[in-house]
Amino acid sequence: MIASLLPDLPPALPSAMPPALSEAAFALVLVLLLVSPLALAGVALVNTGLGRSRSAAQSLLGNLAIVAVALIAFALVGATFAGTTGGAGHSFHLAGKAWNWLGAGPLFLGGLGSAPAQAQLGLLFQFLAVAFAALIPWGSGADRLRLIAGCAIAALLAALVFPLVAHWAWTGGWLAQLDVNFSLGSGFLDPAGAAAIHVLGGLSALVVVWVAGPRRGKFPQGGIATAMPGHNAVYILFGCLLALAGWLAFNVAGAVLWVRAPLAALPVTAVNTLLSASGAVAATFAVTRIRFGKPDASLCANGWLAGLVASSASAALVSPIQSLMIGLIAGVLTPLLVEVLELATSIDDPSGAIVVHGAGGLWGLIAAGALAPLPGQFLAQLVAIAALLGLALPLVYLLFWLLDRAVPFRVEPDGERIGMDLHELGGGAYPEFVIHRDDSYR
Amino acid sequence: MKFAGLLVMPAGFFLAIAALVLFPPSQAAPRAAFVLCGLAVEVLGLVVALRGHMEGKGKGRP
Repeated sequence: MIASLLPDLPPALPSAMPPALSEAAFALVLVLLLVSPLALAGVALVNTGLGRSRSAAQSLLGNLAIVAVALIAFALVGATFAGTTGGAGHSFHLAGKAWNWLGAGPLFLGGLGSAPAQAQLGLLFQFLAVAFAALIPWGSGADRLRLIAGCAIAALLAALVFPLVAHWAWTGGWLAQLDVNFSLGSGFLDPAGAAAIHVLGGLSALVVVWVAGPRRGKFPQGGIATAMPGHNAVYILFGCLLALAGWLAFNVAGAVLWVRAPLAALPVTAVNTLLSASGAVAATFAVTRIRFGKPDASLCANGWLAGLVASSASAALVSPIQSLMIGLIAGVLTPLLVEVLELATSIDDPSGAIVVHGAGGLWGLIAAGALAPLPGQFLAQLVAIAALLGLALPLVYLLFWLLDRAVPFRVEPDGERIGMDLHELGGGAYPEFVIHRDDSYR
Repeated sequence: MKFAGLLVMPAGFFLAIAALVLFPPSQAAPRAAFVLCGLAVEVLGLVVALRGHMEGKGKGRP
């Protein structure tokens, strides 16, 4: 029975303090975290390249603004709910178990400078993670999502939703304690944010598409979906390479921070990341070559990113050959799911984030659970997936649906017609280019 | 229809949690089956929500 509900004030349930990091591990993780924003830069470029040329400046400015808003919202509100490694949390008791569901960190990052070193590193990791998670839905709303709405979405995610999932997975929440409470493996393992960043971001992207609707002319009445290819394949593919550098750093840092991987195991984590991405892009290359007669650059980019996303869950837990297989399967699934979403379910997702981050993250979590050599780990991962789909998705939908009433997501029809750059910024990204009229508006 | 699907999804989550609470670790098989059933309910809810989105195609869509 529920003996007590939130909040226990003062918070009464400090999570188990993991063993302290060595000085070498601390320095390594700090350096890696300082490199990992390259992943944000890569995803921002991919988001921009996959949109239209008349919305490119708004898209890239949106990426910057969203990162800024997410970081501020997380610092002011979210970090308190996310909690810190070894910190306190709010819990209720059910069936004789303590369910630590919300972090209880200090307000406004109070006392951060005097916190234990690994708690500070964990918080820095979460800062980068929240910026990453907030970026993901922006790409899906490309060409019709207003800048102010993108910022409001980022603020909501960073202040309310991401902290919940981050606490559950990383800072002693109920998912992390599935091992103690229910003898499930080592509890839920999310070494580099497959759940807290990618699945959450992918599900948020789905909700953004649901709420904002498709781009004008994408699904003409009585016709098939109109192809609206990205405007700059160079941005997209260079963004993938940039993202790889950031991902390597993020995966290795996460392995040290959240699964306590020894330093000697870190090269394998990096190799696994490389193999997962490589396997995925090779598979997508082959699938699109067979399907369309020629490889598709933007789908190959999506496959590459899906491999990286899957590696976020699995790189620290599996062997290199298993990582390659995970990547191969992610690479096969990605182009097929992109096509199914667009043609069969009328989902207009310009960046492919729903498949890349949502489905790729779910696949990574399942594969990590199935392949990790720990009894009960698979079930722990499934319970976490159940929490993401069963709690996080409806919560995000409710929040975004309400937010859309206050801050309409979708731009006015005229804005979509002339392009987001001219409508929202007053100038285009490529002023020397002639903007052609789109056939779909005739 | 979309709302109905989204309301079904938390039911699947509580089914998965019920599996952990009701079955001890020694009963691994029924526990796993219950969790899988919970996930199946969530997937069903997601499919219903996606179908609800598709129904909007051609009706009031931009």
